[in-house]
Amino acid sequence: MKHMIQAQGLSKRYGEKLAVDGLTFTVQPGKVTGFLGPNGAGKSTTMRMIMGLDAPSAGSVTVNGKPYAEHARPLAEVGALLEAKAIHTSRSAYNHLRALAATHGISQHRVSEVVEMVGLRDVARKRAGGFSLGMGQRLGIASALLGDPATVILDEPVNGLDPEGVRWVRDLLRSWAAEGRTVFLSSHLMSEMAVTADHVIVVGQGRLIANMPIQELIGSASVDRVRVRTPDAARLREVLARPDVTVSSSQADVLDVHGMPVEQIGQLALDNAILLYELTPQLASLEEAYMDMTRDAVEYHASTPARDRSAA
Amino acid sequence: MTTATIAAHEAPENRTRVVAVQPVTQGRAIVSEWIKFSTLRSTWITLILSMVGTIGIGALASWGTNSRWSHMGPVEIAQFSAVSRSLFGVNLAQLAVGVLGVLIISGEYATGMIRATLSAVPKRLPVLWAKLTVFSSVMFVSSLIAAVIAFFLGQALLSSHGVGLGSPHAIRAIVGVALYLTVIGVLAMGIGFAVRSTAGGISAVFGLILVVPALGNALPSSWQPHVLPYLPSNAGSALFTLHGDPGSLGPWTGFLVMCIWAAAAVAAGGLLLMRRDA
Repeated sequence: MKHMIQAQGLSKRYGEKLAVDGLTFTVQPGKVTGFLGPNGAGKSTTMRMIMGLDAPSAGSVTVNGKPYAEHARPLAEVGALLEAKAIHTSRSAYNHLRALAATHGISQHRVSEVVEMVGLRDVARKRAGGFSLGMGQRLGIASALLGDPATVILDEPVNGLDPEGVRWVRDLLRSWAAEGRTVFLSSHLMSEMAVTADHVIVVGQGRLIANMPIQELIGSASVDRVRVRTPDAARLREVLARPDVTVSSSQADVLDVHGMPVEQIGQLALDNAILLYELTPQLASLEEAYMDMTRDAVEYHASTPARDRSAA
Repeated sequence: MTTATIAAHEAPENRTRVVAVQPVTQGRAIVSEWIKFSTLRSTWITLILSMVGTIGIGALASWGTNSRWSHMGPVEIAQFSAVSRSLFGVNLAQLAVGVLGVLIISGEYATGMIRATLSAVPKRLPVLWAKLTVFSSVMFVSSLIAAVIAFFLGQALLSSHGVGLGSPHAIRAIVGVALYLTVIGVLAMGIGFAVRSTAGGISAVFGLILVVPALGNALPSSWQPHVLPYLPSNAGSALFTLHGDPGSLGPWTGFLVMCIWAAAAVAAGGLLLMRRDA
């Protein structure tokens, strides 16, 4: 139970604005945990508090049982990619990594190893200021890897990477989780998160909205959409017509039906002697599930000031 | 499935470390800061600029004085110190040193490097001590070399007018220049830690060592003796000024006052480093 991230009532206030509002969650080892939320939801601030860069206004967060700063070998506990290019632009990638490695007595051999691992060998001696966004991300990942950490935190790691790079990061994260490391990442790319993460923590306006396995999140979304394939699409469309039912069609013999349960569609088809080739309830995508959830969060938040006033 | 999950959860405890990782120490932080310092071209350019300032301006001033000697009046000759003249370049060198002191930390904030630095050394204060150690050592050695070269160049150009290691306080003046520039650098670094921005830091340093003493001359003349000698640059320069104004502090008292200024700047920088979000 030691190798994990634990946040307890974690809050951060910037002036009037509560950027992070009482977050309590645990990120567990052995799986990839996604951190989702709209822009300004407090994801980056939360990650910076985990790394001890920002001090919480209230609450606490520990990594592997202690606040990050209290570890004797911080880089062996947590490797973090917080922003691309947390690097002096006039220094070479190799010297940047060498300087970070020196704080923990990490060998030059390891520095060359991580440079090789992220595919920066050819440019490692050049000024990092000339790096593309993708190269900057690779360098950030290299510095996160230096201390062979038990926990890895990545803020938008695939930002700016080409498709091959995206795939590389995904495989890397999966393999770390398989090795038993704690992997915590934020991303705006829902499709990417859907294939990478096992578990998701969703925040909105600084508050925890959901903390559940990704399959559960997808299952929780209410999409009553049914795909129907029939040679008699035109007649079925007439039969299904209701004020609260929408029917769309992407192919001649396929209908997408919103707002009617699959049983009722089947019954209506039978009653009207319409032949069906396919009748499939559709699952929500992670994106739909996420939109569903954060929309609720916005509504919930619209009502919070009133609640705060009554409490005061 | 259950077995797999348990295995995964237990793995980190048993994971054999293939990478040797040592605890962060002050010594390792110093090594890291030395790598950072030595791998930026701008560091070396500014450093060389400060040395060229000390040597070049000193030589120029000495040469000019020598060629003008026969036209100098008795008062001017009485106040003239060949040692001071040959070390005149310190006035220019201190500007380069001040810029470098600020840049060493403000450059990290400007580029985002500071977040990598503080992730590696999250206790923070060791970063400040390490930068201080590296920078002050480099400053002292390079300034001493520059001062010695400037002195001997000056001696060659002014030999007939009394420069030599044997002339009164020559050694103190040479070492004094190196100490003065080192402490100016420390003062600038302390301000850099507090201000964090390059422009703001350099303005504050130049303001303190150039503008404030000039403004001080506008004070009522009865106040001036109680204020001007205690300003950092005035106090520190007592160390290498051999014919100072009657009102200026003694060389080592002046140096002590300057050190107090630098210590205050470092204390403020350290306090803010610990308190603020990075």
